[in-house]
Amino acid sequence: MSMPENLVEISNMSFQHENGKTVFQDVDIVIPRGKITAIMGPSGTGKTTLLRLKGGQLAPTTGKVVVAGQVIHELSRKKLYQLRKSMGMLFQEGGLFTHLNVFENVAFPLREHTHLSESMIHTLVLMKLQMVGLRGTWQLMPNELSGGMARRVALARAISLDPQLIMYDEPFTGQDPISMGVLVKLVRTLNKSLNLTSIIVSHDVQETMQIADYVYIIVNKKVVGHGTPESIFRDASKQLQQFIQGLPDGPVPFDYPAVPLVEDFLRG
Amino acid sequence: MIDRFSMVGHWGIDNLRCFGKAGILFYRVLFYAPNFRKGFPLVAQQVYSEGVLSLLIIIVSSLFIGMVLALQGYHTLAKFGASQELGPLVALSVVRELGPVVAAILFAGRAGSAVTAEIGLMKATEQISSMEMMAVDPLHRVISPRFWGGFISMPLLTIIFNATAIYGAYLVGVKWLGVDAGIFWSNMQSSVEFHADVVNGILKSIVFGIAVTWIAVFQGYFAVPTSAGIASATTRCVVYASLAVLGLDFVLTAMMIGEW
Repeated sequence: MSMPENLVEISNMSFQHENGKTVFQDVDIVIPRGKITAIMGPSGTGKTTLLRLKGGQLAPTTGKVVVAGQVIHELSRKKLYQLRKSMGMLFQEGGLFTHLNVFENVAFPLREHTHLSESMIHTLVLMKLQMVGLRGTWQLMPNELSGGMARRVALARAISLDPQLIMYDEPFTGQDPISMGVLVKLVRTLNKSLNLTSIIVSHDVQETMQIADYVYIIVNKKVVGHGTPESIFRDASKQLQQFIQGLPDGPVPFDYPAVPLVEDFLRG
Repeated sequence: MIDRFSMVGHWGIDNLRCFGKAGILFYRVLFYAPNFRKGFPLVAQQVYSEGVLSLLIIIVSSLFIGMVLALQGYHTLAKFGASQELGPLVALSVVRELGPVVAAILFAGRAGSAVTAEIGLMKATEQISSMEMMAVDPLHRVISPRFWGGFISMPLLTIIFNATAIYGAYLVGVKWLGVDAGIFWSNMQSSVEFHADVVNGILKSIVFGIAVTWIAVFQGYFAVPTSAGIASATTRCVVYASLAVLGLDFVLTAMMIGEW
């Protein structure tokens, strides 16, 4: 059976939280195999929610999320966990286990899902740590690492089972320029050398546009634009330009919706 | 008026939903046990952190409780010339009631709160989510070992509590107040029945162990992943677990005495 060209296909998807707040409305996104796709948008547009939908941690209210040819929210628990073995996810804060050292953190998926010998696990873990440049930290505990290093260790852990898809949740947020540069380089090199499919959810325009092959921009529950980074920069849409140029007011308003100011004053 | 009804309705639905979630969690912990090879070291680790690390508070509290009980009991019994009954008084109150109940409440404060806070923090720092994304079920890896660790530790801690409290009473009653050691022990032996008193006390502690650890893991797993959320989940764990222990104690005592 030939592999579908797109690893992830989201069609006509809407999602509403339990509290009734709608996050997405009729969203269509395709993630092609072997490419780096960026999903960008202002804070609070539900970018992390989108990753959780792709990972099957949340189910859409309507529409479909297909990953590797399978509708992820219709899978049984067993099949979902099977599929997740082929995915890696890098969380915003890394999500390293605080009671395990760096080595054990990276070895965790290998110990859980394989029956490899201890010496094999040792070699694999050191190889993965070498890939992210942190082999020397194998004995350290997560609280001894800087934020950028913790993310790199988490990245080593995410690739330890050689996944076909890796999802990055705001990988560049809160990083100093050097760590940011290291992470940008890593995302690019790993995608190429391991033949991964990468999804980056971010609002760091410059860094993400540098490495993405294709970009989706989500504003106000909908995809407002998509294309290659060059075409996004050229797009005349006001919503897109506001986001890319970082304008404080525009189609995405500066003010949070509220009753008229006079009414609020009179109430006091 | 309608608003008030709807508020009561919302409150009722929220609470029922909460019970439902707790029930499903309990069912999955009980019936989807992890395999022995991977699960055993995790449970053993939890027996250490929930049980062994609670030993200090259990031993110190039980020693003082036994000593106070002997002191109070001796003076009251002496008024009726029945100070030789000190042994049975202490042993029966500790083995039947104080042992299981106080040990469970201390356990809720020491180990239950730690379990809730740990699971809540794992959730807040995305450790639980990352585990799920690595295709490792946190119910197997995190929740289940903590539940079984508490389930095993609670009766053992109660036995240690009972023994230490009786020893404390012996120190005060026999060594300090001068009750005859032979009378102290032989009256205790003739009054305490193994099945009706000792076994029933341990049965209580097993039920309390289930209740306390169930509440602790539930509060942690469904905590709002913020600092305020974890703080209130930890408080709720101790309050609910203590109330549950006291309520269950009444029910169990009524059942064991044979009124039900």
